[in-house]
Amino acid sequence: MSERIMAAAERVLETGVGLDEAGVLAVLRAPDEQLTPLLEVAHRVRMRWCGPEVEVEGIVSLKTGGCPEDCHFCSQSGLFASPVRAVWLDIPSLVEAAKQTAATGATEFCIVAAVRGPDARLMAQLRDGVAAIREAVDINIAASLGMLTQEQVDELVALGVHRYNHNLETARSHFPLVVSTHTWDERWDTLRMVRESGMEVCCGGILGLGETVEQRAEFAIQLQELDPHEVPLNFLNPRPGTPLAEQPVLAPKDALRAIAAFRLALPRTILRYAGGREITLGDLGTREGLLGGVNAVIVGNYLTTLGRPATADLELLADLKMPVKALSAAL
Amino acid sequence: MSFCDRCGGPVGEGDHTACLAARQLEPPRFCPHCRRRMKVQVLPAGWHATCVEHGTL
Repeated sequence: MSERIMAAAERVLETGVGLDEAGVLAVLRAPDEQLTPLLEVAHRVRMRWCGPEVEVEGIVSLKTGGCPEDCHFCSQSGLFASPVRAVWLDIPSLVEAAKQTAATGATEFCIVAAVRGPDARLMAQLRDGVAAIREAVDINIAASLGMLTQEQVDELVALGVHRYNHNLETARSHFPLVVSTHTWDERWDTLRMVRESGMEVCCGGILGLGETVEQRAEFAIQLQELDPHEVPLNFLNPRPGTPLAEQPVLAPKDALRAIAAFRLALPRTILRYAGGREITLGDLGTREGLLGGVNAVIVGNYLTTLGRPATADLELLADLKMPVKALSAAL
Repeated sequence: MSFCDRCGGPVGEGDHTACLAARQLEPPRFCPHCRRRMKVQVLPAGWHATCVEHGTL
């Protein structure tokens, strides 16, 4: 069994073709003593098919809280007794956030809004924000505004939005237990329109939402089918007031197994550390993940929670001799 | 009286050790003076929190 997993991982290294669902599941079920070799081969796959560079990104919430959707992990839903209040970010503060991000050497700045989908007010705010950032900062602008219409997709393309984030969050079979106000397939529809528009597709999810390991493997294969440019991997950080407030944090070794498994499923994709890594993996685990298939990070703070200081991650990348992707290489 | 800025409970009642630990990776959510929920904006390199009664922390 163990030899079969390693042989399958070596085939990914040679061919650049991701594991199938059975292979991903085998990695997710691998015994502890096999974790280090799996992370090593996942790292070699990343180095061969993606290269040594690490893509650095900052994110900011343009519209926080008050969301009409009921994503059970999210403190920004207006349907839960969360302490997060609704707030809008003004344009000067948005530009300042972009400057803070660019100062870290990041090439990506993602503007996020807690909405089902953008309304006219949000699109206007985004339009003004993108224009103001372009005047002040040299950085790729990404957006994450929920479900889109074709007209909104077209407008984002016209604005020059480089990448669109819309997470599927979890396996299709588990999604109805996590979200009841919209479907996984509605999210897929937005992703299809984004792909067809020519924008880069950013789509990942959150591990530790109560899914089984089989559903974790199912999710990896569904992402493989989507073939996004980037997969952000979040680990649940249980938020007060949400239905998943008491959900246990993912065990560190299970998180590392998932990193190896997702890299081996998606050998050519940007695999980004996103929220929850601090509480799930800590400093040591962050390092292990970067040596186990991860090749992108969100630096600084998240949308409603705080991250490690950007300098800590940048020092870690320097220590690991992993160059930060330059803007010229990203364009 | 003052209030825990994470859970909003009175600081003199109950154990807020977990709140203190969580606050390492979270901004404050409740005004420590009046326990009103604050408007909080997280930015890549900081945050600011404003109480309608007591202003910005």
